[in-house]
Parts: sequence; structure tokens; C-alpha cells
Amino acid sequence: MGDTARNPVTWLGSPAFPTAAKTALADDQLRRNLKHATGLIRTKRAGAVAELPDWEQLRLSGEAIKDDVLANLDTYLLRFEESVAARGGTVHWARDAAEANEIVLRLAREAGADEVVKIKSMATMEIGLNEALQAGGVTPIETDLAELIVQLGNDRPSHILVPAIHRNRTEIRDIFKAAMPGTEDLTDEPVELAAAARAFLRRKFLSAKVAVSGANFGVAETGSVVVVESEGNGRMCLTLPETLITVMGIEKLVPTWQDLEVFLQLLPRSSTAERMNPYTSVWTGVTPGDGPRDFHLVLVDNGRTDTLASTVGRQALRCIRCSACLNVCPVYERTGGQAYGSVYPGPIGAILAPQLGGDMHDKHAASLPFASSLCGACFEVCPVRIDIPSVLVHLRAKAVEAKPKYSPEAIGMAAMSWVMAGPRRFRAAQRLAVAGRLLSRGGRIRGLPFPGSKWTDSRDLPAPAKESFSAWWKRTRG
Amino acid sequence: MPTERATGRVALFATCLTDTFFPDTARAVVRLLERLGCSVEFPQDQTCCGQMHFNTGYRAKAVPLARNVASVFAGYDAVVVPSGSCAGMVRHVYPDLSVTPGPVYELSEFLIDVLGIEDVGAYFPHRVTYHPTCHSLRMLGVGDKPLRLLRAVRGLDLVELPAAESCCGFGGTFALKNADVSSAMLADKMSCVLDTGADVLTAGDNSCLMHMGGGLSRLQAGVHPVHLAEILASTEEEPWVTPLATR
Ligand code: SF4
Repeated sequence: MGDTARNPVTWLGSPAFPTAAKTALADDQLRRNLKHATGLIRTKRAGAVAELPDWEQLRLSGEAIKDDVLANLDTYLLRFEESVAARGGTVHWARDAAEANEIVLRLAREAGADEVVKIKSMATMEIGLNEALQAGGVTPIETDLAELIVQLGNDRPSHILVPAIHRNRTEIRDIFKAAMPGTEDLTDEPVELAAAARAFLRRKFLSAKVAVSGANFGVAETGSVVVVESEGNGRMCLTLPETLITVMGIEKLVPTWQDLEVFLQLLPRSSTAERMNPYTSVWTGVTPGDGPRDFHLVLVDNGRTDTLASTVGRQALRCIRCSACLNVCPVYERTGGQAYGSVYPGPIGAILAPQLGGDMHDKHAASLPFASSLCGACFEVCPVRIDIPSVLVHLRAKAVEAKPKYSPEAIGMAAMSWVMAGPRRFRAAQRLAVAGRLLSRGGRIRGLPFPGSKWTDSRDLPAPAKESFSAWWKRTRG
Repeated sequence: MPTERATGRVALFATCLTDTFFPDTARAVVRLLERLGCSVEFPQDQTCCGQMHFNTGYRAKAVPLARNVASVFAGYDAVVVPSGSCAGMVRHVYPDLSVTPGPVYELSEFLIDVLGIEDVGAYFPHRVTYHPTCHSLRMLGVGDKPLRLLRAVRGLDLVELPAAESCCGFGGTFALKNADVSSAMLADKMSCVLDTGADVLTAGDNSCLMHMGGGLSRLQAGVHPVHLAEILASTEEEPWVTPLATR
């Protein structure tokens, strides 16, 4: 493959963000869909959150619990492993995507499966499991409705919670008709679409020997794994097949059941604006005569311990994938998720993908931390108080470090710093800047050569004032 | 007439942008604070807070600028900044750069928290809409202080800006690095501003006002971007005058 060293957390061949964003911005339908969808969920979330008088307290608890987990991750992971094993589960450790994929493929084959049903599988999307399974002769079937749409459409997800947010129902009907036998007369009525998916999935649930799931939380004290969802398909995956393989990032732990309580309040309100999600499934090891006979847990690192090493950046690992930050982000709202070129889009994607990928020499990864105006709306809503703007700025510094030392930008920044660090130099520069008035008409500059054109293509620029304030002060008061 | 207020030594940090491009704002701050009984100093060696460098990833290049700010304003009891963004930089980022800032206040904070005044005696007979800039809103948390000040202005017709808390798309170098997204955000902000029917758009940050003003000017919308300080400084005796085409 020649590319085995690359962490698949960012999609191979993705252009840098500004380029991808330009394409997305040109799609009026996409912008309208997104504006509508994010606007709606934003208002609903604000309402759901406002109902809880102790919301800030909950956020602080969420932050503190996750920070404790991250600070003592080794201890909690060992406790978790012990508890899982004590209940008859088998724990596998995977350093990277390739290892994780190998383990899952081997387990699926050992169970004699040529098809697996899947649910809640962000982590498996991160490691590219579907592609790996397919290459190994095992067909993965996504059972979350939105993920199924993405899969059948040979598409990529564009939202953490609603991966098919960019698709409208007519497109969905066409995707279904092409991929599901017996759907020739399907209309684009949501009820019909849901029924078609349901019939399709039922057959899969009943025949699949193996299920692969993700996990929202792992409880260290008992070795329990938790999935929260809206459709109930997850529950089918978790209970019907003989073998259950859960793929989970190592950061998803909470120490105790009592800690879980905090997140079961934070998550639904932040993500779907619901007081409680419709289905919460918890499973612990295996129980003879009930549910899967074999339970395997694959604990995936894939860049997480490296991320943990950064004091500023590690807070990204507190993320509980609620997607609240996506829904408030003005950049996401206009570009959609695919422009980020990763399964993790939006503000969290902009700080998580480059860190898990770990290579700021990659132009695409290095462009992600700049895909923000630093407006701070993401931090404001994040249920675990990830200071996304600060992490963005921290990663921007990393991106700059990885760039050639003498790029035009670096030289410009150094020159401006030098000028501004010397007050006399700065005053001289201000006097020079007045010459900029020559470019203006009526105090406005309407067109500048590149790169200034990036500004003046869509907005005017004021000319520097005839007399700066400091010159005025000096003249009249100094 | 107000007497000398017990605010100690007050310095104005004009910020590089306002100093160079928008001297009217800085003059307005001086006029306003003097009217309220403060005596204001303007240390000549001030330049730039370093935010652009820091936020673009040039952390080390921001440090000398931060040090300059800290040393220029050392010894003042209050430093007043007509920019939520630069005030936020000094207050929240300087400690990370191991630079210890003095007491820095964004203008509305200084008026309400330090001077304890909401009615500054201003007169501004125009229809005004207010955009809370992201950094004053979220980084500093000035809350409704600017609105309280505006509500107390005589003659002023305050109209609510739809989706007020959405970013205008400026974001410093973001406006250049992601020019297309920034322009799309600006376009939406512009349509909200036009919906209000206001003839003045105000905010506490000239950087965002420069961005939005650039959009308004391109649209020839006839809406004037005016910094909060200029509204608050305007009185019946010395009213703000609509800028002519030339400055
Ligand atoms: S960063 Fe925060 S708001 Fe965004 S998905 Fe993660 S937990 Fe939710």
C-alpha cells in the first residue's frame, strides 16, 4: 500500500480546508440544508440546557471526571481490562488503526462471518474498518439509519450525530432504490424511507453472526460498556448476534457508575436536545443464555497517547462526541462536514483530527486549526468545557513550526513584530501607512493586488487616517 | 459637572488598529472619560497587543509586543481599551506568555464596573443596532454592559440585531486565510443588519467594525459603522456628525 504509516483519521487526498470550503460554499442547496438543520438543533439545545439549573455545575463535573480519567488513564484502563475479563469478555489492545483492523477481521473470520452488522461506530470509521473488512472478504452493514445512507451512497459522513445531514430525502430515496432490492416504487416520504430501511436491516440483524459496535462510555469499576442511541438498532446489534466486538477509543472511560450519571445528563441535551436519549444499552461481559456468547473489546490508541502528551491539546480527549460544537459553529454551518476531510468535522474535528493524525507537515491537517474565526461559540456549548479556541491557537503554532522558516508569511510576521516591538519604528511605519491613502477613493480602498485581494474581493478597506491618533495627541497635547 | 473621580491614573490603550485607522474612536474615548471626570494619559510608546501574531500561530513573535504593552502601562491604576478583543488578549493570554498585565478594562467594563455609570450623558439621535463582538461577548464576558450604556443614551433608537451573537466572519487573519468562508459569514451578517433598518451599526471593536463596515461600504448600504465610544461621546453640544464620503 505504501501508505501504511499514515493515520487514516484524515481522508487521503483531502484538499486543504480553504479549497474544500470553497467547493462546499458554492453548493447553495447544501448551505440551505445546513443552515436550517443547525439552526433548529441550536435553538432546541439551548432550550434543553436552560431547563437544568445546575448545567454549569454538570459541565464542571464532566470536565473534572474526564481530566481525572486522562491523568490516570493507565490505572483506569487496567481496572477496566480486569473487570471485563472477570465477566468473561476478552480485551485486545491496538496501538494503531492497522492493528485494530487486523484484530476485528481475525475475530470476524474466526466466528465464521462473511457479513457483520455495525452500530455507533465513530471509532471504526476513524480507523477505516469498513474498508479493511471489505478487503478481507467480510461485508460490513451499517445499521444506524444515517450511517446506512452514507454507506449505501458510497459517501462520506458529514456530521458526528447526523452523518447524512447533507442529504435530502429525495437523494435518500434514490440511494435506497439503487441499493435495496424490491424498492422500485419507493417514494421520498420519511415514513416509507424508514420502513424500507427497517425491512432491509431486519434481515441483516437476524442473519448476522457478528456485530461490531462502538461505545459511548466504558465504566472502569465494572467493565461495563455503554451505548446511547435514538433508533434501537444498536440494541439489536448488541443482543442478537453470537459474537459482539466493541471497538473503543482508550479515552472513553469513566471511573464509576456514579460518574456515568453526569454524562447521561450532559450528552443527550447537548447532542439531540433531548432530556434523555430513547435507548441506553449497557453490557458487561457475557451472560450464558442471554445475548452474545462471545464479547471482545478492542481498545484503540491510534494517536491518543501522543495527544495525551500535550498539556494544551489533551483536553480534546475529553470529547464525548455530542456534536454541539458543530451545530453552533459558523464555519461548519456554511461548509458542512466533508470539507474537514475527516470523520471528525467541525470545531472538535479541527483540533482532534490533526492531533490524532499527528503530522503537521501534512498540508490538509495543518489547515484545519485555521478553519475557525475563534469566535468561541464552540467552547460556550461544549458539555465538557473543552477550550477549543485555545487548542486551535496552540495547534496553529504547531502548524507554523512545521512550515518552512522563511515562508512569506513568517517573514511578514517577523517584520511586523520587529516594527511593533519598537515604538519609534511603529510611529514611522504609521506615517508611511498614510501613503496607503493614495490607493483609496473617498477614504476607501476597493481593490488591492494579491494577497490583499483576499480582503477586497468582498469588502472595502478603510484607508489609514490622515493623522493617526498618536500624532494628533502629540500635536495637541504632547 | 463631575468632579475628579477616584480612579487613580488612567491610561488609554488605543490599539494599533484604532490609532492608525480610526483616530476618531480614540479621541472619543478621551473626550468621554474627561467628561466623566477622569484625566487620561496616553503613553506614546504603546504599539500593538500582539494578538494577530499569537492567534496566527506566531507565539514567540507576540512576546516582545506583550512585554512592550506590560512595560508601557506599568504603574497605571486602570488601562482603558476600546476593544474587547485586545482587552481579552491582555487579560487572558498574557499570563500564558509569562507577561503580567496590569488592570485592563474594555471601555464598557470601565464605565460600568469602575466608574459605576450607565448614563454617560450622551445624545445620539439615530437608529442604532449593536453587534456583540465574539471576544467581548465570550472571551471577556462583557454581557449586556454595552446595551445598558446604549439604552441610556438620549435620542437613540436601539433596534435588536437578528442573530446578533453570530460571528461577523472577521477573526483576524481568518478573513484572509479562509476568505471565502469569512465572506459568506459577512454576507449573512450584512443581511441581518439591513433587516433592522438601522442607520448606525455599532460594536465595541474596530476590527469587527472594519470588517462589517467594509461589507456595508461595498453594498453602498448607507449604514454607518460607528464605535460604541463615539456614540457615548456624542452630546447635544458636540454631536457625532455623519461622516462624508471623504475622511
Ligand atoms: S468538543 Fe465538546 S461540544 Fe464538541 S462534540 Fe466534543 S463534547 Fe461535544
